[in-house]
Amino acid sequence: MIEINNLTKKFGKTTALRKVNLTLTSGTCVGLIGPNACGKTTLIKNILSMVVPTEGEIFFDGKNIHGDVFYKNNIGYMPQIGRYPENMSVRQVLQMIKNIRNHQGTEDKELYEAFEMEKIADKKMRTLSGGTTQKVSATLAFLFDPPVLILDEPTAGLDPIASEILRVKIIKEREKGKLILITSHLLSELDDLLTNIVFMQESVVVFNKTMEDLFAETGENRVSRAIHKLLKTEVLS
Amino acid sequence: MKGITTFIIKDILKNRIVILYTLILCGFSWSIFSLEDNVSKGILSLLNIILLIVPLVSVIFANIYMYNSTEFIELLVSQPVKRSSIWYAMFTGLAVALNAAFLIGIGIPVLLFIHPLTALVVILAGVLLTTIFVSVAMLCFILMRDKAKGIGLSIMLWLFLSLMYDGLVLFFMFQFADYPIEKIMVLLTAINPVDLARIQVLLQIDVAALMGYTGAIFKKLFGTQTGYFTSFIFMLVWIVVPYFFSLRLFKNKDL
Repeated sequence: MIEINNLTKKFGKTTALRKVNLTLTSGTCVGLIGPNACGKTTLIKNILSMVVPTEGEIFFDGKNIHGDVFYKNNIGYMPQIGRYPENMSVRQVLQMIKNIRNHQGTEDKELYEAFEMEKIADKKMRTLSGGTTQKVSATLAFLFDPPVLILDEPTAGLDPIASEILRVKIIKEREKGKLILITSHLLSELDDLLTNIVFMQESVVVFNKTMEDLFAETGENRVSRAIHKLLKTEVLS
Repeated sequence: MKGITTFIIKDILKNRIVILYTLILCGFSWSIFSLEDNVSKGILSLLNIILLIVPLVSVIFANIYMYNSTEFIELLVSQPVKRSSIWYAMFTGLAVALNAAFLIGIGIPVLLFIHPLTALVVILAGVLLTTIFVSVAMLCFILMRDKAKGIGLSIMLWLFLSLMYDGLVLFFMFQFADYPIEKIMVLLTAINPVDLARIQVLLQIDVAALMGYTGAIFKKLFGTQTGYFTSFIFMLVWIVVPYFFSLRLFKNKDL
């Protein structure tokens, strides 16, 4: 579905991504994890062409995304910190994105209803709290039923109830055979969500494994412990 | 991308500052024409507003609006919208809204009080200046990530084009008064859009005679149909070049 070839991104002198190669296929839920400033968000922004790669290519469904915008119709994106026009109401934001995407077919209103968006639909974006803004972002990402979902720190700032709603929704979408890419620091949350793990450190991909392989190699059954163990052994060897 | 453009136009027209700007322009033009019996004198007073206030408000408002729309632009980039469409929508939105304010504030009274052909030149000068300074403001936005620097740069450019440039040209003229510098003078004037607007309006009200020999040359060069056409082209260049330059930078900007 998404193929990344030799992707390098430099911001001035700092290198955010160094020769990243990655293939993401449909029907998997990929966890992109790693310490702060390891290049996770930059990788996602590259996939959405919000930043322009210094080197390398990204293919979406076999097509180079360079100079193309229509592939984004197939992506639902939930940013780490949703930044919206302050003067627009929630309803206006949703309506504008609908107009832009010119979406044919049904809308997925599950999250809209679960998060009770109708109650806040006429509030201005600037009056919303961080968590509520995240709910708007999540609703937008899932609204058009896209085959690819990219969620950057989806649960950061959400209360436990909302977080659980979102988790259930993610699992449900995974079962439909979508590609879901999640970044997170909270490893404990990811246990029953993921099928694959991509670990990044200092702007390179350290490993890309399925959960079964990871658990088999380490003899653990929790994501957090397995990764700890794997990193320890890699440092030692 | 009609949706985005109309959204921006509506958003700006609802803005209190733009409404205030329209009212102030209205107040100026109506009071000038009702108090002044001599239409030529009236146009001269109005000219100062068109050459100073209109570009200043356009450049600062457009620049601040761009900075305030950073989130909006970011949101649009993550959606299936071409970057060139986003840039075009921002430009059209700002230009249409600010020109609407100008046309209501100055265009209508000018059409009512003065000779239609003169009125047309005055209105065209104002519309072109508004659009030029919107284009310049967008260039300043893309050149400077920092808001304070961007607004500073756009004010500096306004100051330079509206006030300092004339001073420098005058200085140059006095220094080289003994040489035949008329052609260079004409060229120097043609480079600055504010000067072009000034000359075109002045030629309409026949005070070019007061400007002496240089005035005569201006009349000869700019007063003809080719002259009008050339000044129009030069002003269009001031819209097109900053626009496409900023568009190129925007296409490669990391958000």
